[in-house]
Amino acid sequence: MTSIPSRESELERIVLAPLRRTSKQFYVVLAGLSLVVLLGAAALANQWRLGLGVTGLNRPVYWGVYITNFVFFIGISHAGTLISAILRVTQAEWRRPITRIAEAITFFALIIGMLQVWIDMGRPERIIFPFIFGRFQSPFLWDFTCVGVYFMSSMLYLYLPLVPDLARLRDRMTDAPRWRHWLYTVMSFGWHGNAEQHRRLEIAIGIMAIVIIPVAVSVHTVVSWIFGMTMQPMWHSTILGPYFVVGAIFSGIAMLFLFMTLLRRAWHLELWIGEKQYNYLGILLLVMSAFWGYFTLAEFLTTGYSTITNETAVFHAKLLGEYAPAFWAMVTANLVIPFAVLMRRQGRKPLGTFIAALSVIIGMWIERFLIVAPSLTRPSLGFMPAVYTPSLTEVAITAGSFALFALLFLLFFKVFPAISVWEVEEGQAVEAVRQKARELAHEGAQPALRS
Amino acid sequence: MTRWGMVIDLDKCVACQSCTAACRMENNTPVAGKNQADMGRTILWNEVLPLANSESPDASEMLIPRPCMHCDDPPCVKVCPVQATYRTDEGVVLINYDRCIGCRFCTVACPFQVRYFNWFEPEWPEALKAHLNPDPEVAPRPRGVVEKCTFCVQRLRKARETAQAEGRPFSATDYVPACVETCTAHARYFGDLDDPNSLVSQLAASPRAFRLQEEMGTKPKVYYLKQG
Repeated sequence: MTSIPSRESELERIVLAPLRRTSKQFYVVLAGLSLVVLLGAAALANQWRLGLGVTGLNRPVYWGVYITNFVFFIGISHAGTLISAILRVTQAEWRRPITRIAEAITFFALIIGMLQVWIDMGRPERIIFPFIFGRFQSPFLWDFTCVGVYFMSSMLYLYLPLVPDLARLRDRMTDAPRWRHWLYTVMSFGWHGNAEQHRRLEIAIGIMAIVIIPVAVSVHTVVSWIFGMTMQPMWHSTILGPYFVVGAIFSGIAMLFLFMTLLRRAWHLELWIGEKQYNYLGILLLVMSAFWGYFTLAEFLTTGYSTITNETAVFHAKLLGEYAPAFWAMVTANLVIPFAVLMRRQGRKPLGTFIAALSVIIGMWIERFLIVAPSLTRPSLGFMPAVYTPSLTEVAITAGSFALFALLFLLFFKVFPAISVWEVEEGQAVEAVRQKARELAHEGAQPALRS
Repeated sequence: MTRWGMVIDLDKCVACQSCTAACRMENNTPVAGKNQADMGRTILWNEVLPLANSESPDASEMLIPRPCMHCDDPPCVKVCPVQATYRTDEGVVLINYDRCIGCRFCTVACPFQVRYFNWFEPEWPEALKAHLNPDPEVAPRPRGVVEKCTFCVQRLRKARETAQAEGRPFSATDYVPACVETCTAHARYFGDLDDPNSLVSQLAASPRAFRLQEEMGTKPKVYYLKQG
């Protein structure tokens, strides 16, 4: 029966501070992001008024930036849930202060990702049709299903560990505006933190952490199958599923670094998100970079070694043709920079990882683009290579999507704590017990009876 | 069961593109205008395409008239998430424009580039507007949906109605698509591929016959007779 102590701990004070006070910079960032979102919304309104002709898409390049964004954001969504779930299952103690940030990234990246499909549709008002007339043979239906399940489960997975913290906010933030206090009260579902409630919560989180891993893997696999199931050159490849999953985790970790570093700085969480997180997560990013490089090599060597004309046309467009600058920028951003920065321990610090993560984010967006566009410019029934240049509308909508992503994230952590307070406290308790055990072991046979 | 198919004799074809023009008038495909055409957004259900002739020693081009292949195993039908595109019992691949959500998965999945997207609201210059085909079955498609060659199904329906009105059984020779009717060089043949006595089935069995990208395994029902 743990009731909340009347005095706030240092952890609570620090974590709840940004929820109580609003700095000037917050409004500046809020205004800046809202402006970009509005710009994107205006571009989208114009596109809906006139038609998809306002994009740079054409025949045969029917898919471009929007589908790239879709793949990219669904990839980002692997940050959270997958990383936090794997670390939870394997009982990695250092995960505690960063799981909430990771889970929030997942949730919002999924919203932005799903939005891209809608933006890309020629008849957006028929969005409900796949649910009514769905054809299960279509990989799009697989996507609707898997992304839907993933969205629901990651929402639950974000919410469950939030419950004890919501109860704490309900009790601590009595001076908050009424709507917020009401929100905390309703969402905390009568949590009082007794043993039975804790037991049930732990079971629920434990189940979700395991269930969500295969769901996450399925999501990015079926995203790749949208491409893999067609007979387009360099799409019709068995490596695509795992390649997408690896890229997703890779870009997801990078996004986690980015947001975690920004929030750490803005919300003053340096005490809790520190050396350990940067070091371990940095190693993880490095490992994923190596994985990504291996998959890329396997894919490109197999294609390039062959003499199948359709395939080699796309291969050459990417490595030597008009997409070569983007391709080599991608290799630099995804392999060279992360390795150069993260190989050394000094690199795995906030500044170093921030640079490496930003580089990976850019590199992975290019990677997604290079999967979508070049194959379409070299159709198998080749008459002439097509050109695709994204229009200003596409640029504006993309910028708006990224801004909306950051905005949702920012607003969420203005209302909810960025660090899972109860889990960190639990971690502190675990650490204290370990410390005690070490002391006892160290003292050995001496029957220490100190209190 | 009838299985509609087409044969195009490349020895006879002079690449005059009257098939393309006839198709446009019959099926009301919009006029893209120069800017859009330069972007590759023209809608031509039947297009005469220059393809590299790999067999020729001087790397010449073949000019290939390309309608929809109406594949027996169409990759476009499989990927449509809303069952908007489908294959009829007689082997014709059609699109339900009221159903299409404009995701363009079919346009990407088709190895023959036969599917076209309505980027904007369809438009015609005034002079052409007066000459649109009044048949409601080919009413201009709205913006945001995919369209393509239908083997002129509206003509098939009319031929059936005529036969019924005249009190005689419908015969496969009662109907041809507009491109076949108009072909100046009589290079196009149309009919029932399942009828061993039909001209198309006999021509399709000729040693000169080939199909585009047969290796894809989609079983196209448009055959070409090799030139030269």
